[in-house]
Amino acid sequence: MMKNRIWLALLMGVGLICSATFVGSAALAGGTLVFGSSGDAVRLDPADVTDGESIQRMDNIFEGLVEYKSGSTEIQPCLATSWETSKDGKEITFHLRKGVKFHDGTDFDADAVVFSLRRQYDKSYFPWHDYGEWAYWGYMFYDVAKMVKIDDYTVKLILKNVNASIMTSLAMFTVCIVSPTNAAKWGPDTFKHPAGTGPFKFVEWVKADHITLEANDNYWRERPKLDRLIFKVVPDPSARLMALEVGEVQGIEYPDPTHFDRIKANPDLKLLTEPGMNVGYMAMNTGYGYKDANGNGVRDPDEPWVKTPGYSEPLTKKEVRQAINYAINKKSIVDDIYKGTAVVAKNGMPPFMLGYNDEIEDYPYDPQMAKKLLAEAGYPDGFEVTLYVMPVSRPYMFDPPKIGEAIQSYLAAVGITVKFYQVDWGTYLQETEAGNHQMCLLGWTGDNGDPDNFMNVLYGPNACSIGTAGNYGFYNDEKAQDLLSKALQTYDESKRAEYYQKVQEMIHEAAPWVYLAHSNQNVVFRKNVEGYVLHPTSRKFFYPVWIE
Amino acid sequence: MKWYILKRLLMLIPVLLGTSIIAFSLINLAPGDPARTMAGEHASQRTINAIREKYGLDKPLYIQYGIWLNRALHGDMGRSIVSNEYVTKEIFDRFPNTFELTFFAMILAIAIGTMAGIISASKQYSALDYTFMGIALFGVSMPVFWLGIMLMMIFGVYLRWLPIGGRINILIPFHRITGFYLLDSIITGNFAALISTLRYLILPSTALATIPMATIARVSRSSMLEVLRQDFIRTERAKGLSERVVIYKHAVRNAMIPVITVIGLNFGLLLAGAILTETVFSWPGIGRYVVNAVRMRDYPAVQGCVLFFALVFVIVNLVTDIIYVYIDPRIHYK
Repeated sequence: MMKNRIWLALLMGVGLICSATFVGSAALAGGTLVFGSSGDAVRLDPADVTDGESIQRMDNIFEGLVEYKSGSTEIQPCLATSWETSKDGKEITFHLRKGVKFHDGTDFDADAVVFSLRRQYDKSYFPWHDYGEWAYWGYMFYDVAKMVKIDDYTVKLILKNVNASIMTSLAMFTVCIVSPTNAAKWGPDTFKHPAGTGPFKFVEWVKADHITLEANDNYWRERPKLDRLIFKVVPDPSARLMALEVGEVQGIEYPDPTHFDRIKANPDLKLLTEPGMNVGYMAMNTGYGYKDANGNGVRDPDEPWVKTPGYSEPLTKKEVRQAINYAINKKSIVDDIYKGTAVVAKNGMPPFMLGYNDEIEDYPYDPQMAKKLLAEAGYPDGFEVTLYVMPVSRPYMFDPPKIGEAIQSYLAAVGITVKFYQVDWGTYLQETEAGNHQMCLLGWTGDNGDPDNFMNVLYGPNACSIGTAGNYGFYNDEKAQDLLSKALQTYDESKRAEYYQKVQEMIHEAAPWVYLAHSNQNVVFRKNVEGYVLHPTSRKFFYPVWIE
Repeated sequence: MKWYILKRLLMLIPVLLGTSIIAFSLINLAPGDPARTMAGEHASQRTINAIREKYGLDKPLYIQYGIWLNRALHGDMGRSIVSNEYVTKEIFDRFPNTFELTFFAMILAIAIGTMAGIISASKQYSALDYTFMGIALFGVSMPVFWLGIMLMMIFGVYLRWLPIGGRINILIPFHRITGFYLLDSIITGNFAALISTLRYLILPSTALATIPMATIARVSRSSMLEVLRQDFIRTERAKGLSERVVIYKHAVRNAMIPVITVIGLNFGLLLAGAILTETVFSWPGIGRYVVNAVRMRDYPAVQGCVLFFALVFVIVNLVTDIIYVYIDPRIHYK
């Protein structure tokens, strides 16, 4: 008798659990969007994050003085209503928006702007400077001397040098404005309690599980249409898609390219895709860099060109580098390894950016030509070379080992023997920055949408500093640096474009890189999610989104 | 017995010290610099140096270890280099999740595994025996992530009976107190949360249970077979006791010692997190955390986790040893 009762209770329990399915799915409120992210945020302080997941959350909580126009890298006013630049281009005065409140109820004003920036650059600003790493400040805002308050609603940005990319940089998450009162309240733990002026307010963070935001009813623009925005961590791409298919989440990032047919065949889903602001490449070390003794990021006259540790005789020859460009079938790499979710790259920056040189004709796939050039350079029987293969997939490069293998077989066909070298990611970056590699796979995702952020950071001879290099081809033509510096010192866009186009021509001829691909950014939503616009920087803004 | 437990607990000190030294040396021997990994592509040397300085990574290793040990003795495991959060908090944010999952999986594994083993042994070479052991072989050799995806496809996508992944339906209002969701939903009398938590537990615990279930089934079968061949069993059968009594009352109890050892080991292992199951089922557990910490060379986090795992393992082993006493009266501890 007793036993029967236990069974009955068990049976009822199971029934209850299964029947709760319907309760669960019916509980979806119209105004809540759950977004399936591939990972958790790391920190929630906009100036102290470098990873895409944290930035995704930040972009909906915080705002800066200026912001990007929807879907473009052009800027428009945000917390600043207007600004003017001094004649010498070194001072920018911002007039701030009045009546804006932080999520903690305090007023947005000049003090908040100064606080948000000063804590990043002023080492003596105790204790605020000690609370973060401020990883982006060093290389995106090195030209900023300081931000000063003029009156409660006016601030002035003072630059050390004229920098044409500074306005786009000011649309970056790094310089979003945070509430000083909130920072004082939480001290070193502020990164867990964000308070900005943005469309959504922070509600809770359950580590490794989800972050919940809710609509900011006091938003200075129209209130967002979504009541709640939840970022749920779903690390596995298959699980992410399944969660979307059954409606547990309404949107996902990083869908697996092998699932695209399944997504397109499902009438409940829509795939949004757009060329991303990135480039994936193979760099060939041309042999010479400089030691940046004073750490100023510029090659000074007393810092001579010296051999890099990865110096390799054949790669110093232009013909050899061109031959390698001819020998690799990029189209096939994009089709088979990127699975068609990328476009073949011929230049080192994405096609939609200012100054992209579309006149350049890419090296076609031509192994015969490659062999001819190798023979001319004195290597008719080829040579041996080491290729650094990235241990991680990045948005600009899916499956680096497979890409490495493809390159290995293409080069073998023209007589070049490629040996692989693999280490962990941290060491990889360290070694390539030191110029230890002969050839390496790497790439770049743009930060602010300015061409300088590609051309100078990746290809400028100043970036050939051994140990901290960003120019992994160690392309060191000083004429190029001259043009790149000029481009940064003029606010005239057509002039800037001209300079960048010229440098792309020079790089194409010197051929220290095999540009492989610009990969697309892909986001999938349920059919009833409306208003989402992809942004070239891959940042995710949910303010205009609603659910039908 | 009391002295024995006390002695075993005292043993924790050298064990933890040894573990921490080994963990510290291993992670420092491995190539990779946490400051560099964290700063990402194109960070300035100044930034990297600042990170190094802030976390004391610029000091000699023995001094780094000394500083860490001194702080750890005061109960401070330091802050994670990556997240800037206290490592202790990071661990206790996730461990309850891992514990609940493991606990459920082990109950499932023990219940089904021992039953299958006992039945197989008592009906050796029967069709039932072959079926169970076949399934067990399948269980140990099946990749967990594949099984997980299959379970999700069938019960989540096609049948829509159970959720795909996560800890609880995040749309249900839920107040976390201890971090143990079942406990918290009972404390707060939140019935909806309790049901939701149970629903979210079913698939991952099933996936996680397969391997220990299969191991337990195989071990209990062989242990049972051994016991069943012993003289006292023959005597009992000769006495005319029913087969049921012989098997369930006398044989099982004697056969359980090796099974308990296996259960203890598995339990300890699973408490250190099950990275694949956690990843597939979006389970916010400790396994994913520690793997990520190793990948990022987050020294304080790795140290903290290793130490914590050692502690858990020692306690689980101790509990296993104590259980022996209750199962087998011949065992005494002094």
